[in-house]
Amino acid sequence: MIRSAVVILAALFAAALIVAFLDLPPAEIDLPAAVTANMAISGVDHPVTAVLLNFRGYDTLLEIGVLLLALIVVLAVAPREEVAAPLVASAADPVLQTLARIAVPLMLLAAVYLLWAGAHQTGGAFQAGAVLAAAAVLLHLAGLLPGWSAPGLSLRGGLAAGFLVFLAVAAALLTEGALLQYPPAWAGALILLVEATLAVSLGLILAGLFLFLS
Amino acid sequence: MNVDLAFDLLLAAALLWSAWRTLATPDIFRAVILFIVFGLLLTLAWARLAAPDIALAEAAIGAGLTGALLLDAIGVLRGRKKP
Amino acid sequence: MSTGLIFACGGAILFVMGVAGVILHDHLLRRILAFNLMGSGVFLVLIGLAQRGGVPDPVPQAMVLTGIVVAVAATALALTLARRLFALTGGYTLPKDGDE
Repeated sequence: MIRSAVVILAALFAAALIVAFLDLPPAEIDLPAAVTANMAISGVDHPVTAVLLNFRGYDTLLEIGVLLLALIVVLAVAPREEVAAPLVASAADPVLQTLARIAVPLMLLAAVYLLWAGAHQTGGAFQAGAVLAAAAVLLHLAGLLPGWSAPGLSLRGGLAAGFLVFLAVAAALLTEGALLQYPPAWAGALILLVEATLAVSLGLILAGLFLFLS
Repeated sequence: MNVDLAFDLLLAAALLWSAWRTLATPDIFRAVILFIVFGLLLTLAWARLAAPDIALAEAAIGAGLTGALLLDAIGVLRGRKKP
Repeated sequence: MSTGLIFACGGAILFVMGVAGVILHDHLLRRILAFNLMGSGVFLVLIGLAQRGGVPDPVPQAMVLTGIVVAVAATALALTLARRLFALTGGYTLPKDGDE
């Protein structure tokens, strides 16, 4: 009874949405033109990176803050152990370990490339951080990296560095004018600094979301 | 009906079919595998929508990391890991 | 029917399927799966409607990039809480009304 009511209501809602989508007039604000007009002062060549780290940098700052918060809650809720989790004994497969040992340096290289290429083409801090996290998860599943327990000082520093560096840059710019308004001569260098720390921090946070639970 | 339109319709149909099977299949392990398949098809959809940045992030994070987390949670259910 | 519009309609149907899945399923892992489907549907609607004219738009693309990363963090948090519930009760379902 409830099932059929929910399904029928859901279908009606989907139909209403589709009818609304098909009826939309063209947009009044032309955002791609506005972004292209301001690319010269943004400090990078790729529009998505410019939007992510310059025009809408505040959103990215809050996003890395949210990620750090999620990791802190995971650390608080996950069951604590006194000693680090043992290596995954069942994964001592020589083929998988050899593959992991070959693939991980290449993944690190790919991550650095994606970070650097983000200024001119597709890429950026998030893709680089995701590849770093995938490398850590691969190492763990191959039995080469033990699961993480309570983080030590250097790991805590790495996890928080992205957010703190971004916040420091934003606060330093606040003294000059608006929040996160890069001076055009410094924009490229500042974006690279923020992106590099963001990528490392993001990789550690995403890897931690998986490894702190193992 | 040209090739672009046919491909888009086929991809959208595959997305919806894999999502439906994810929700409706009785085995939870199969549901997570189908969710990973859904993530990879979504990567193709992002590529089709001229959003390569999102495609990279979806493949690595959406399909890969989320799939690994869900499989970990199922491993707990089956008693292979301690919760 | 441009590419954007097709995927926007697909995203709307995905969102609705996800909502129905969250409401109707009891198993917490299935609810988390349905929640992720809802998120993916919303992202498709965002990009599909913004690009229904065929021109790639970087602003919603940046927002969806942010959204994907935040969604994985939310999923990880939800799974941590579900595993905690599993450690305490032995199952992945919430207690029904009327239980202690």
